[in-house]
Amino acid sequence: MTIRSTIIEQMQSIAKERGKSLVGLTDELPLLRSGLDSLGIATLIARLEDELDLDPFGTGDDVATPVTVGDLIKLYEGSAA
Amino acid sequence: MSSLWTALENTGRLANQRLHGHTGEVALGTLVHGSWLGGRLPELRDRSVLILVRDQLAAATAIVELDGIARRMVLCPPDLASEHLPYVAAAAEAEAVVHDRGAPLPAGIGCCVPFGPEAVPFNGERVPQRRTEWVLLTSGTTGPPKLVLHSLASLTGAIRAETAAAGSRIWSTFYDIRRYGGLQILLRALVGGNSMVLSDANEAVDEFLHRVVAGSVTHISGTPTHWRRALMSQGARRINPRYVRLSGEIADQEILDWLAAEYPRADRAHAFASTEAGVAFTVADGRAGFPAGLLHQPESGAELKIVAGSLRIRSNRVAERYLGNVERRIADEEGFVDTGDLVERRGERYIFIGRRDGIINVGGMKVHPEEVEAVINRHPEVQQSLARARRNAVVGAVVVADVVLRSAPRAAADDTTVKAEILDACRRSLAPHKVPASLRLVPSLAVGPAGKLIRRAAPAEPPFRMKANVNVDATCE
Repeated sequence: MTIRSTIIEQMQSIAKERGKSLVGLTDELPLLRSGLDSLGIATLIARLEDELDLDPFGTGDDVATPVTVGDLIKLYEGSAA
Repeated sequence: MSSLWTALENTGRLANQRLHGHTGEVALGTLVHGSWLGGRLPELRDRSVLILVRDQLAAATAIVELDGIARRMVLCPPDLASEHLPYVAAAAEAEAVVHDRGAPLPAGIGCCVPFGPEAVPFNGERVPQRRTEWVLLTSGTTGPPKLVLHSLASLTGAIRAETAAAGSRIWSTFYDIRRYGGLQILLRALVGGNSMVLSDANEAVDEFLHRVVAGSVTHISGTPTHWRRALMSQGARRINPRYVRLSGEIADQEILDWLAAEYPRADRAHAFASTEAGVAFTVADGRAGFPAGLLHQPESGAELKIVAGSLRIRSNRVAERYLGNVERRIADEEGFVDTGDLVERRGERYIFIGRRDGIINVGGMKVHPEEVEAVINRHPEVQQSLARARRNAVVGAVVVADVVLRSAPRAAADDTTVKAEILDACRRSLAPHKVPASLRLVPSLAVGPAGKLIRRAAPAEPPFRMKANVNVDATCE
């Protein structure tokens, strides 16, 4: 499973747990308008740490703030590289 | 009572009573008439003495010999790190040490008395001449232990009333007797002239429970963590106690119900106690928390009050002070100890909700790990759980949980189902910010030397926080 598909799947799964479904997830969509609130995104980051064994925010490096879904995917892909 | 030795001698029914250790046993009568210090007890009179032995039975006999004789005795637990020994010796102003072979000894102490191995008849002067200071060590997760000063009177303050009516009892505890919870049981046994089965740090729980069965133990105590572990073993089916006691950690309804199901004929009690505050009260109705009425009717001899949600206690069982370079006082000017244990009133009852220093901050909202664990533990497959903070770039920290299941290893698909069920239960019972963001099934949880789950302090602020960082408001979702 790719990093991209894992992230999309986890976003859908977190939304579903909260009785929502995410529609129109595109790379350009701002994260906070994806249908997940800040707690949902916090949960996403925790789950991705489990699933991908990656925490791009925990490195202490200067991390560019991901604004869109595409930014987030790139951040994780870059962290894995 | 003027000393433990005197109390023991006065019980007058020592013929068949014994302390059973891991590798040996001692008749209580021998405790009264013998010495394991090879005739050197007089050298320890009026001195500050470290008791630095590995074996619990050795520690118990040394305590009986030294009380009323030494000026001060320090009950060093077996897990005391040698790096902390110089601090402990200095803080206690130790002048002598009772040790067994192999123990590393602190430098600069002139009088080193080896322990045992055999008792010799002791005919010397043994009349207790002083009120010996008892020093217990409490260990944090890091740094040197704190030295807590007690006396025989403060340590037995909760015991006298109940031992008067004591019939034949045989005690045991999962605790080491050099911990407050374990010492309470040793003192109950000795003051009441009863037998006791001592545990051992190097012994598997099943082997220990085998000795509990062999010793016909009737009264047994431990932390909820001790009990959760014990109840998973075969030995738990074989013991048949009349009295089961919990202390040291919050006893949630799940562990109380589990014990009730396992030992339906036993009286079950959970005690609230700490090394500093002593035993405050014991609850015997099988329900978590304590009756609100205890606040106004301190029948048990302890006064309770709640300040800013935290339970404060005043009684004659409170420790006197810390030794060494500790700024903090144990009690405030009115004699109350702030336990840092937070309680919440629910109807006619107060429920323990967690430790003040264990609160997790999720986007500005508080979570007590214990309240999350209580929900997780309700799942019938769960043996034990630990909720903790994980640093998070969005909200500072999120709650994550490690869960130990009761059953043996099984198919991965079953694990997925159980995890989903647990998280589902959390979502039904807890506010969204309290639901674990991640839940792992683990084979076991780390347990500290005092038999409590090891809880680490919440992590510091993350090095980076996303700009989307906002406080989670209570209505989100």
